[in-house]
Amino acid sequence: MSNTVMSNTVMSNTAIARRGTLRIATAGSVDDGKSTLIGRLLHDTKTVFEDQLAAVVKASRRYGDGETNLALLTDGLRAEREQGITIDVAHRYFATPERSFIVADTPGHAQYTRNMVTGASNADVAIVLVDARHGVLEQTRRHAFIATLLGVKSIVVAVNKMDLISWDEAEFDCIAKEVSEYVQALPTPVPVVAIPMSALLGDNVVDASANTPWYGGPPLLEWLERFDAHPRRELGGRLHVQRVIRPQGGEYADFRGYAGVVNGGGFAVGDAVTVLPCGATSTVAALHRAGKSVGSADTGHAMVIELSSKVDVSRGDVIVVDSGRVAPSVGETVEADICWMVDQPLVVGSRWWFKHGSRTGRATVTAIDYHHDLASLDQEPTHELTLNALGHVQLLLSEPIVADRYVDNPVGGRMILIDEATNSTAGAAMITSVMP
Amino acid sequence: MSLSSHPVNAISPQASAHLDSLTDEAITIIREVAAECENPVLLFSGGKDSAVLLHLAVLAFAPARLPFPVMHVDTGHNFDEVIEYRDQFVKDLGARLVIASVQQSIDSGRVVEDTGPRASRNRLQSVTLLDAIAEHGFDAAFGGGRRDEDKARAKERILSFRDRQGRWDPRQQRPEPWDVLNARIRKGEHLRAFPLSNWTELDIWNYIAAHELPLPTIYYTHTRTVVERDGMLLSVGGPVVAEPGEVPYEAVVRYRTVGDASCTGAVESTASNVWDVIAEVAAARITERGATRADDTFSESAMEDRKREGYF
Ligand SMILES: Nc1nc2c(ncn2[C@@H]2O[C@H](COP(=O)(O)OP(=O)(O)O)[C@@H](O)[C@H]2O)c(=O)[nH]1
Repeated sequence: MSNTVMSNTVMSNTAIARRGTLRIATAGSVDDGKSTLIGRLLHDTKTVFEDQLAAVVKASRRYGDGETNLALLTDGLRAEREQGITIDVAHRYFATPERSFIVADTPGHAQYTRNMVTGASNADVAIVLVDARHGVLEQTRRHAFIATLLGVKSIVVAVNKMDLISWDEAEFDCIAKEVSEYVQALPTPVPVVAIPMSALLGDNVVDASANTPWYGGPPLLEWLERFDAHPRRELGGRLHVQRVIRPQGGEYADFRGYAGVVNGGGFAVGDAVTVLPCGATSTVAALHRAGKSVGSADTGHAMVIELSSKVDVSRGDVIVVDSGRVAPSVGETVEADICWMVDQPLVVGSRWWFKHGSRTGRATVTAIDYHHDLASLDQEPTHELTLNALGHVQLLLSEPIVADRYVDNPVGGRMILIDEATNSTAGAAMITSVMP
Repeated sequence: MSLSSHPVNAISPQASAHLDSLTDEAITIIREVAAECENPVLLFSGGKDSAVLLHLAVLAFAPARLPFPVMHVDTGHNFDEVIEYRDQFVKDLGARLVIASVQQSIDSGRVVEDTGPRASRNRLQSVTLLDAIAEHGFDAAFGGGRRDEDKARAKERILSFRDRQGRWDPRQQRPEPWDVLNARIRKGEHLRAFPLSNWTELDIWNYIAAHELPLPTIYYTHTRTVVERDGMLLSVGGPVVAEPGEVPYEAVVRYRTVGDASCTGAVESTASNVWDVIAEVAAARITERGATRADDTFSESAMEDRKREGYF
């Protein structure tokens, strides 16, 4: 290995890593001000560059917007600029001295819900915008529902355009209460905070507003900087093997390492482990992160694990720490919440490719239990799930998977379905149960 | 809001934790695409983003060798230092280099070169790239594109589908929940993989500092004869010729991006090492593509249009 590769990696100190990068998704109905809010965050944290701003000023004039339309910072596709809507997720980045942020600006239109799912799937926090004049709309509820199902750890309700309702405290309280009550009634409720703001004018985005003396909380950015997104509980370390690293020759002729991402908990050298589904046991002999040997590894780390004994491990297998609190389930019969993302409907008997961790195979739909009515929160019987529908299904897989419930460990509980004919990603499934 | 223009010589703990998580993410993507695809290739220009990408790819499989080749789409309009650097870096990392030549595409009549003093070969690269992908049967190409570079790139998936003609359809992108990568394609189609999607220019420099990566010398301050054109400093002597009215002069500059020499501009800078550059980037008020790429300032959707045709 050459010098350049093995040089000193700067590894983090865990205390800071704990508050690490925050992933945010924006959600809410069209025109509630999502893009404007992100533009405002970027602008006020000095992340917007002069040439971008100049381009936005020019484009604002072209599209006939009166004032500089900060939304044009994130609506990057020509079709989006022309139609004045967000079609697909745009990712934006900013950092403060406190922490780094990755923002997914997601589309508000119901027909692009699948792109909203893509944007929100990795988020720690969802900022759900509400236009203070219109209050809570169907899309507000839909997005709050999807965000909690996908496992965001908190929802921030940005009650926006407060400037247009004269900073009315009673109106704000009413909207805050409505969203909060709705979220607490969801299958997977999370804490909700509400902030009165004007994304356009900047009130309570980065700086506290003088227009809301009745509001005691922090402005949005300060809240985001302080938020602790650390996972709630640990199950025990798992690693879905992506690849077996075998140099086959030279100095490392006998080296055999298993590469993958740690999830559900940590690993340490010396830990007793089991390889699933086969059940072989061994201990962790060495751990490597980004080419460097380390004593332990945490959730999210991309590792190579060496085991102390020769066991048969290949891509798709899962290495699990024996001392964990909860062992993953192994099985071919899966129940899951699913968000449907293609025109071709999901019906009983239909067959798809599945991908779970590093394992792929075939999945057959054996039942559709219900679909979620997002307005009433009722679970209604249905014989198909159409584009953008959310439902609960049962699947029979062609081979067993080693999985967790999505609520316990999102990495171990997520699965995608792929259309066999078009190869398009058709569904995002969140596993609720796995049985042999 | 790290706007400090004071010199720095260490990465803050926050930035370092962020860099580690970006590194984990990139390595995971590289491993997954290599596992799912039969014949991937890594696009390597000799620029800073592709140097970071190649370095990460080597780390992803260490101590085994990089399991796929590296390809340079060579416009023939190069900075000499970059070619020297390319060959040395690839050799040091033990990778295998394939070269796809725009000159050959021109000679064989696959593309017609623009003429005139402002002609650029940048756009022609798409054809050469797609031809090389077909010729070698590559089913996936890793690129160093970052979402923060451009508004069209901000919309790009990590694993991005290209049809038989190499086209990108931004309105029909495959959903990519949880970044679970769907690498299924039919014969003749291919994928572009962007492991650095979530990196910013500053993250790239922090990585270069943390790993002490070598870079082409033109990334650091030097004296060069330039003309100012459309607010950009273009090096004269190579493919760029001074037009009537343009007065070449000596300037103290460095490059923020390294692309086709005909359309890549230098910026005035005295940054002589990686820490100077980090301080400069942290305080920069203009994006890297805006400052240095004539091809992108052309129109509002220049990048989107080129990407639809198969560009990097
Ligand atoms: N008065 C006022 N207008 C706003 C505010 N936030 C957004 N807007 C306007 O509302 C419209 C829709 O905003 P946009 O960000 O495009 O909404 P999106 O569809 O949710 O991304 C634009 O004309 C904005 O200028 C606000 O706080 N106050």
